[in-house]
Amino acid sequence: MKQDKTAIKVENLYAGYNNEPIMENINFEVFQGEVFVIIGGSGCGKSTLLKNMIGLLPPISGRIIIQGKDLSGSEGEERAEILQKIGVAFQSSALFGSMTIIENIKLPLKEFTDLSDLLINDIAMLKLQLVGLEQSANLMPGELSGGMQKRAALARAMALDPATVFLDEPSAGLDPVTSAELDHLITGLASTLGITFVIVTHELASIETISDRIIMLEKSAKGIIAEGTPDQLKTDRTDPSVYNFFNRIPDYG
Amino acid sequence: MALNQDSKTVISFTDRLDAKTGSLVWKEAVRKISLCKSGNLILDFDKVEYLDSAGAMLVCHLKKDARQKGVDNISVINLKPGYSSLLDLAESINQKRKTGNTPERLSFIEKKGEEAAQFLKETKEFITYTGEIFWALIQSILHPFSIRWSDTLLIAERSGVDALPIVILISFIVGLVMAFQAAMPMKMFGTEIYVANLIGIAMVRELGPLMTAIVLAGRSSSAFAAEIGTMRINEEIDALTIMGIDPVKFLIVPRVIAAVFFTPLLTIFSNLVGMAGGAVVIISMGYPVIAYYNQIVSFVKWNDFTGGMIKCLVFGLLIAATGCIRGYQTKSGPSAVGISTTRAVVTCIILIAVFDGLFSITYYYLGI
Repeated sequence: MKQDKTAIKVENLYAGYNNEPIMENINFEVFQGEVFVIIGGSGCGKSTLLKNMIGLLPPISGRIIIQGKDLSGSEGEERAEILQKIGVAFQSSALFGSMTIIENIKLPLKEFTDLSDLLINDIAMLKLQLVGLEQSANLMPGELSGGMQKRAALARAMALDPATVFLDEPSAGLDPVTSAELDHLITGLASTLGITFVIVTHELASIETISDRIIMLEKSAKGIIAEGTPDQLKTDRTDPSVYNFFNRIPDYG
Repeated sequence: MALNQDSKTVISFTDRLDAKTGSLVWKEAVRKISLCKSGNLILDFDKVEYLDSAGAMLVCHLKKDARQKGVDNISVINLKPGYSSLLDLAESINQKRKTGNTPERLSFIEKKGEEAAQFLKETKEFITYTGEIFWALIQSILHPFSIRWSDTLLIAERSGVDALPIVILISFIVGLVMAFQAAMPMKMFGTEIYVANLIGIAMVRELGPLMTAIVLAGRSSSAFAAEIGTMRINEEIDALTIMGIDPVKFLIVPRVIAAVFFTPLLTIFSNLVGMAGGAVVIISMGYPVIAYYNQIVSFVKWNDFTGGMIKCLVFGLLIAATGCIRGYQTKSGPSAVGISTTRAVVTCIILIAVFDGLFSITYYYLGI
């Protein structure tokens, strides 16, 4: 279902805190239906970029265009409408601990649609089935394992059938098998439902399995130092830091 | 959406079929299915540009509705290949619903029974922890060097010294208001100087310890519950246990010892300030301070003072122990600390009221 239609466009983005940019002049596009991965070492600004893309942090300058609409320049209802087109699964899962798993998923559906309770319940069950958690629908988040919580967070992120789902470190804290299961789930959802995934991670095994395209950020360069498919970046010897990252070569310099 | 009615009924969907448009399409489609007379229903998706899971679920519900209305032959046509898997998935959810995947619902009596069992379990826990705390306290008293004195003093400062302004404020107002309210009717009989006796005995025996205890229950007991509850959630208590450090000795004993020290001190302040509040009223009525002082000194006995002090010592113990136990009982989840804090304050106030009553009866029989 992959198309060359742009899902997200980042234009001349300067992002940072207190008007101090930690990233300068960032430009890239994410195409519909692809799994797009943002990588980089600790402190390079991956999470800052993600926060800018999902509207949690305003850019210092530049534009974030989601499905043809400018998120950074929008306000009120227009902004809410753009945000409904994206779903986010946070690193800590951020499930509401006072609600059951299914209630977590029903919440956005109840808030933003006029569908009947019965229909909402079935839609929520469908999402849970997509992530393989239909047996845990009535459990509290605290009763789930880390991997199950991540999957539940993914189901909640997909509650309103967003065109794009953002995942912040989906494999963090998971064992290799659970991590591989999650990767399989992401690629499956991307191909069957045509969802665009934007993933921030530094799990090499995941990157190689799931990503269609990658951008790599670096702290000192204050921006993107490489862009391409996993195979391209793995064999690219033009930038030693990219080569070292993909081939797990430590930098003692 | 369109409807053609000849030998068969055709419902054609157009544009988008998603969570947003779903509720509008739903009403219209249900109305048209209710008009459906024949046994054949065709759902045409030729003009559908987009179908999401909400749309797929809607179609399944429509099919179910139609079947219930006696329409046997339902066919889906012109569905784009990518969407058929979504429709199959939605259909499987509907199948599961039939097989029953809902949690067991408890009856009223079962619920009450479960609540009672839970209450008994928690009471048992409370008693066990109380025993553990007392045992740890006895051990600490026998080995005073094992007590973490730096922590104890820090807690005494944070929960005791810092509580002084609020204790002073409340006690002053209580003394002032009580003296004023009592002075008005007593003035009619020319006995307003006896307000001093009333304030003196009430503050020293009852209100000083009680006001201090209630302020501390709200301020310090809740803080203890929140601190220890957060540590429980962050697995800090498990970490202590793994390291071989007894959490009760490490966390609870310093708090209980600090509370046992600062509660009587705060009560003395409360007594004095309450009496000062009464003095303001008496002075405003034209009596000299010394008359008020002499009246109190001649009436309030050391026994009254000692009785009040013993009472507040026990209150201090109750406040610290209850706060710590409730914190220790914290379960997981974001609302758990809030629940523990509330329960700490409520339990403290109940225990303070109960023990105050017990003290009154005991003192009465002892003639104090």
